[in-house]
Amino acid sequence: MLFIWFWLVAAMITAYVMLDGFDLGAGILHLWIAKTDAERRTVIRTVGPVWDGNEVALIAGGGTLFFAFPLLYASGFSGFYLPLMIILWLLVLRGIGIELRMHLNSPVWRGFFDGCFAISSFLLALFYGVALGNVIRGVPLQKDGYFFLPLWTDWRVGPEPGVLDWYTVIAGLIALVALTIHGAHYVAVKTSGDLNLRSRRLASAFWLVLVLLTFISLWSTLSIRPELLANYRRHTFLYGVPVIVAASLAAMFVYRRKGNDKAAFLASSAYLLFMLVGAAAAMYPNLLVSSTEPALNITVYNAASGSYALSIGLIFWSLGMLIALGYFVFIYRMFKGKVSAGGGHGYAD
Amino acid sequence: MDMLLIHRLHFAFTITFHYLFPQLTMGLALLIVVLKTLALHTKNEIYNQAARFWGRIFGINFILGVVTGIPMEFQFGTNWSQFSRGTGGVIGQPVVMEGVFAFFLESAFLGLFLYGEKRLTPRGHWWAAFLVFVGSWLSGYFIIVADAWMQHPVAFERAPDGVFHLTSFWGLLSNPWALIQYAHNMSGSVITGAFVMAGLGAFYLLEEKFVEHARVFLRVGVIAGVIFSIIQVFPTGDLHGKYMARHQPVTTAAMEGLFKSEAGAPIVILGQPDVEHQRIDNPLLVNKVLSFLTYGTTTAEVKGLDEFPKEVWPNIPLLYYSYHIMVGLGTIFVAVMVAAAFLLSWKRLYQARWMLWIILLSVPLPYIANTAGWMTAEIGRQPWLVYGLLRTNEGYSKNVHAGNGLFTLLGFMGMYTMLAILFLFLMNHEIAHGPEREIGSTDAVLPITVA
Repeated sequence: MLFIWFWLVAAMITAYVMLDGFDLGAGILHLWIAKTDAERRTVIRTVGPVWDGNEVALIAGGGTLFFAFPLLYASGFSGFYLPLMIILWLLVLRGIGIELRMHLNSPVWRGFFDGCFAISSFLLALFYGVALGNVIRGVPLQKDGYFFLPLWTDWRVGPEPGVLDWYTVIAGLIALVALTIHGAHYVAVKTSGDLNLRSRRLASAFWLVLVLLTFISLWSTLSIRPELLANYRRHTFLYGVPVIVAASLAAMFVYRRKGNDKAAFLASSAYLLFMLVGAAAAMYPNLLVSSTEPALNITVYNAASGSYALSIGLIFWSLGMLIALGYFVFIYRMFKGKVSAGGGHGYAD
Repeated sequence: MDMLLIHRLHFAFTITFHYLFPQLTMGLALLIVVLKTLALHTKNEIYNQAARFWGRIFGINFILGVVTGIPMEFQFGTNWSQFSRGTGGVIGQPVVMEGVFAFFLESAFLGLFLYGEKRLTPRGHWWAAFLVFVGSWLSGYFIIVADAWMQHPVAFERAPDGVFHLTSFWGLLSNPWALIQYAHNMSGSVITGAFVMAGLGAFYLLEEKFVEHARVFLRVGVIAGVIFSIIQVFPTGDLHGKYMARHQPVTTAAMEGLFKSEAGAPIVILGQPDVEHQRIDNPLLVNKVLSFLTYGTTTAEVKGLDEFPKEVWPNIPLLYYSYHIMVGLGTIFVAVMVAAAFLLSWKRLYQARWMLWIILLSVPLPYIANTAGWMTAEIGRQPWLVYGLLRTNEGYSKNVHAGNGLFTLLGFMGMYTMLAILFLFLMNHEIAHGPEREIGSTDAVLPITVA
């Protein structure tokens, strides 16, 4: 049961990263590839009908954590207090940037909303990577199960780290680049003409950076936490995960070359999926590791809710997610196809 | 600085601001379904225009509700970690259910409702509106279940380490407190929706703009308003009061300003509670009414504050005023809406300028009443987080010191001030544009063309 819930939480987070990832990426690119008002409107229209549903995956993920592993939720959320609050403020800016733009027909206001959307998307992608880096690196958990991280200390990976150190900054950068490419693939799928061309060009330009960062992050992760390989040594089939990650990077390159936008988008989705699966597989059964004393780790065993709650939860959670999957399929089908560049009507008018 | 106070203010400020938006969207969701139903049955385009206009208002409020709502879920963990750790297995259930059953539904079909009208049949568009309504009302239920469990914990057992474990899923979902509180709360949000809709109708009539639409807004708003302002008092408010007197008697005593137990207790209409001398100053009383309202007979004894140790008293003046403001405004809503409904049935409402002015000026009042009602519930529960079991001072995040708490509280205050200004500006903008936009000119079109 604990094993299942660990993977359900991981699945929620992965789904969130893959889904909100492409609209975050679209936001990062927004000011960059879209020059005219019509183009900016088009970029917003590619994410407009779906971003809110994507963000519900974050809410549902947070709720799932709260319910399944209350200790992790309590300790992690209060310990990462400052970065989480910053993420919340960025989410506020991002939501109004996307949704309120269409209500005001003024270049000044539209510039303001475009700025909100782009800057908050950029910082969110960076911070999500930093957050993941922190979970992998570990935090100074106290005996009572709590900790509190300052935003930075000496930028080193020591027993008293800050939220930002050299390792988590690398993690932030890889998230930023990966989501930028993912978003560029999405915008390429959904647009034609100049926007499509610029997105493709941007995705190709960043591809090599992503390959380099992937290797750097792998190397730096294993150098600060070599014990993460333990699960891989025990279950050698797990080595298939990094192989798939490498294959997805190759697929991105090939399909980018061939100009197959949909396949490239699927390849970047697979990249995000298997990077996160690889990390989760290395973590299990730990949920949050202590940077000082392994005995203080928060694991699925000491953090989980009662077994009755988890069994009941499994039933309604599966049912609810199945229905939600139905909505997603329905909505994405309704809004499938490319968004036109011109035209005076649509989401972001 | 007091850490507990900062964490409490943090939650109080963010939840109070947040709830300004859902109370309107939940109420409007129902009224939009009414408008869409009228459009379907009468084939009169004016109802579709009205639904589209209120859809735009809904959209702005919805997005503010979303962006201010995400911090609420996070705050259980960030600011109330000890509470979350102890109760996650119980109230985490409705919180997850809200996400997977309500929010996915609501967000999926809101996009379709706002931007998919041209692609859908009229009946299909009605369904989109209806499913948005179902989603928003479901989310209300799940979050009320979480709050009701804190007010009246059921279906749990407590482990030796203090952690609460769920023992019955259906017991949690069918908590009688939740059913009563939900009915009362949702009726309150329809009142907000009804006053806003009728108030805007009154505004347009007084301005002599969009007259036909204004009459629809007034008619729908007043009819919904009269129904729900009565339901708000009876049966939902009445039941809630009776249930509270039995399960949180000290709260009832403090709400009513009843310092000493009394058989045939009077109800205090007006007066200022003087906690030091344990009396009400300048009281305006109606004898025996409190006993009658709580226990159904004029002679029943109602427990006063003197029966309870001071450690379990809530903040008496704050609770007393919250409660009296809620009840006073609730009474005014019945009076205003009943009078307006009579004028409507005599076909004199649209000409009665004095009544239009009253309705227009009443628009802020349901917001105040709903806020005061929630303050009554939450202040009334103090000093407990989980009533009788977990104290508020045992629930906050001890690892987040007051300096950090104040930093983010100030951050939220600044952020929300900006949001409030933006919100008022946008509402003004929409109201000035009015409901006569054509479908397809600016909205209500799917962003799809080239396949």
